[in-house]
Amino acid sequence: MSEKLVIIGNGMAPGRMLEHLLEAAPDRYAVTIFNAEPRVNYDRIMLSPVLSGEKAFEEIVIHGDGWYIKHGITLYKGHRIVAIDREAKTVTSDHGITESYDRLVVATGSVPFIIPVPGKELPGVLSYRDLDDVNAMLLAAQSRAKAVVIGGGLLGLEAAAGLKERGMDVTVLHVMPTLMERQLDPAAGYLLQKAVEARGIKVMTKANTKAIVGNGKVEGVELMDGTIIPATLVVMAVGIRPSIGLAKEAGLEVNRGIVVDDRMRTSDPAIMALGECAEVGGHVYGLVAPLYEMARVTAAGLADGEDRRFVHSDTPTKLKVTGIDLYSLGDFADGEDREEIILRDASAGIYKRVVLQDNRIIGTVLFGETGDGAWFNDLKKKATDISEMRDTLIFGQAFQGGVSSDPLAAVAALADDAEICGCNGVCKGKITGAITTKGLTGLDDVRAHTKASASCGSCTGLVEQLLKLTLGEAYNPAAVQPMCGCTSLGHDDVRRLIKAKGLKTIPAVMQELEWKTSCGCAKCRPALNYYLVCDWPDQYADNYQSRFINERVHANIQKDGTYSVVPRMWGGVTSAGELRAIADVVDKFEIPMVKVTGGQRIDMLGIRKEDLPAVWADLGKAGFVSGHAYAKGLRTVKTCVGTDWCRFGTQDSTGLGIRIERFMWGSWTPAKVKMAVSGCPRNCAEATCKDVGVVCVDSGYEIHFAGAAGLDIKGTEVLGLVRTEDEALEVIVALVQMYREQARYLERIYKWAKRIGTVEIKKQILDDAEKRKAYFERFVVSQKFAQVDPWSERVSGKDKHEFRPMASVGFAEAAE
Amino acid sequence: MTNMNWIAIGSIADIPPRGARCVATPQGKIAVFRTADDQVFAIDDHCPHKGGPLSQGIVHGAAVTCPLHNWVISLETGKALGADEGSVRTLPVKVEGERLFIALEALASKAA
Repeated sequence: MSEKLVIIGNGMAPGRMLEHLLEAAPDRYAVTIFNAEPRVNYDRIMLSPVLSGEKAFEEIVIHGDGWYIKHGITLYKGHRIVAIDREAKTVTSDHGITESYDRLVVATGSVPFIIPVPGKELPGVLSYRDLDDVNAMLLAAQSRAKAVVIGGGLLGLEAAAGLKERGMDVTVLHVMPTLMERQLDPAAGYLLQKAVEARGIKVMTKANTKAIVGNGKVEGVELMDGTIIPATLVVMAVGIRPSIGLAKEAGLEVNRGIVVDDRMRTSDPAIMALGECAEVGGHVYGLVAPLYEMARVTAAGLADGEDRRFVHSDTPTKLKVTGIDLYSLGDFADGEDREEIILRDASAGIYKRVVLQDNRIIGTVLFGETGDGAWFNDLKKKATDISEMRDTLIFGQAFQGGVSSDPLAAVAALADDAEICGCNGVCKGKITGAITTKGLTGLDDVRAHTKASASCGSCTGLVEQLLKLTLGEAYNPAAVQPMCGCTSLGHDDVRRLIKAKGLKTIPAVMQELEWKTSCGCAKCRPALNYYLVCDWPDQYADNYQSRFINERVHANIQKDGTYSVVPRMWGGVTSAGELRAIADVVDKFEIPMVKVTGGQRIDMLGIRKEDLPAVWADLGKAGFVSGHAYAKGLRTVKTCVGTDWCRFGTQDSTGLGIRIERFMWGSWTPAKVKMAVSGCPRNCAEATCKDVGVVCVDSGYEIHFAGAAGLDIKGTEVLGLVRTEDEALEVIVALVQMYREQARYLERIYKWAKRIGTVEIKKQILDDAEKRKAYFERFVVSQKFAQVDPWSERVSGKDKHEFRPMASVGFAEAAE
Repeated sequence: MTNMNWIAIGSIADIPPRGARCVATPQGKIAVFRTADDQVFAIDDHCPHKGGPLSQGIVHGAAVTCPLHNWVISLETGKALGADEGSVRTLPVKVEGERLFIALEALASKAA
């Protein structure tokens, strides 16, 4: 029998602790987690990028549902523990679940501090702590109204920057004379204030809040001097308090936090505590690096492994606001026995200060240029005597020993035990070692294997330089191909920035991303148009002048300038009535060629552009809609006859094909999407070379994807087997939506899948039900705006200029 | 070349910005382009490469990309840009207020 381990809390510290524990003693404990938040473990440091729109929640999940299932961990989401019974060794949740434990880990984290002023409980007053707070802020930001952030520390400034990005008019109130006074000296605080104000955020220092005013909801903030600042949203970010109520009621020793020894043991030998709720050696912690160290110590204790003790160390502070570089470490107060070296470059907005005691660095503040942070940190940690390089110290590592100012050389000069990733405590040697022994080739590999740069990401540049150093020529991060000659950005960057900056028109993209041409070219405009259609389905107005002619006139241009027309035949099924209508149209318009396509449709070729609306009008009367044979979108779902007719059929493949096609028609995709559904493994619909295919079997539906049968020939990969038609539809739709959101324009599914890896796709679409549902829902929303038959629109007069000459001239004059 | 024979073909509003319309003439189609900054150009609707209908291409700056094989043609000179070689006839255009005129003098005399 394995011992029972119960964990209260599911934040980053216990999550990391479990990773270490599962590695050291995988089968020792039966693990149960109670999480007061109704979700899985996610990267709380990255909430600011979620708020600003640079990341989606899905991207910051650390452990998806699948991870808990894989490791046999029971996770109670949305269960708050209300009591610990230390006698009986049980815990009880607010939903009435009681669980017994052999070992208990308390990781209740912290709660935001709410200043006790009148009006603090008005609707519209938020803290900034978890995803629910972010969602509430995003909702409030939709009004584009005024917001006040109380608190000019790390969290408050990140919240302010995020709300500003989302279009709000933001004022930051800070009680002290300069921003982030605990991490920055006044000079850097002043520069920071200027940088924050340059983004259009108002900053008021020495601002003491007297009350939050409003009738039934927030209307403003009143200061001690009587000033009232109007606001519909107030975010309090003035600090956190360890959450110790539960531990205190259970009779554990508490002070500011839950008191633990350097092995993270509380006053009860069966109970450990870690994270922001724990107090060790008189310190409580809020930054991730020491919390991860606690995780290592706790895991070692639970596994009875190495005797690991928690040792206090200074953690550098970095601000996660894009475009503001700041780094602060250690102690930088003035003092009798202290000296300082300062570098200022006003035109470049740079300020650097190193504080020395006995020729050793004890503190550093860097603003505007933070590349040498790791080096200063390393010198401080090792208490290196710097008297030799005193004159050039402030210029950074590159200036020492005559080394050129090449950043690569600076990284090369770092010692193997120099810390690169502060969040995860990963040193240079571990990264270069992993690159060599595991054959890593890219940033994502390094993140997966070492966790370096996988948390806040501010050391990404250093990790890339290590890759470059270790792999030499073989490493090519600039494999980023620019979209076209109009920009130096690649497709992925452009897609990311469209979301991050909330760019919603082509001119906005070109302005904000500094396009080199006035209105783009035939390569970038269709791509941008697609990205905007995909990302803002309800807001973006399709720009027809940025579409290729086929998508502009909803037919396929031929070599002689005539067009071909393919009506939709759902699942490849037609009828006598439909065929008769097609025959009549062919006769009436003297269409020179009629052909059956590879996707089980009928193609009419050689139609004059002027005739298109009339052709569509006749086809429309017979019930036809556009077959989108011209679109970067869903083309066809090819089917075999399945259980309706075939003696081998295992499922209703025709019915499923029609259902998929009716659900998904009209959607725009990065490149064309062709599908097929076969009723048995004989695979008569040739589903295994399609972008997405289904092969029906007795037990359900095998979902295939990433096939190709054009320029390249490639069999599909199997995504997985599902039991019901409903599940098959959900999986397929989610997969296509993931592709729509991530792929580069004109990149077929098989190329996209090769680039990001089928494992990742399986993880997101099959293993993670929440993600799958979210993709599905987003597709459904976008379909509301996409499922309009373009042919009937044009029959009723839309874009009629497209189909008529502007004038007929010269004939009369010529006859004169 | 004698007098220019200016013929009214409609108003600038008939052409979408960064778009084109065709004018039918006895000599074939003329493509009339309007750029993002409301300049107007007229050229033969016939790509020098394989005769693609240039009026159906994507307009960017003062150039159009042919819909058949992506040749880029300058609207000002009618010449193929980039590595491709070839050119297409340009026609004089006049904008008077909202009204557009093209000069078909050469065409008319030819047809007569």
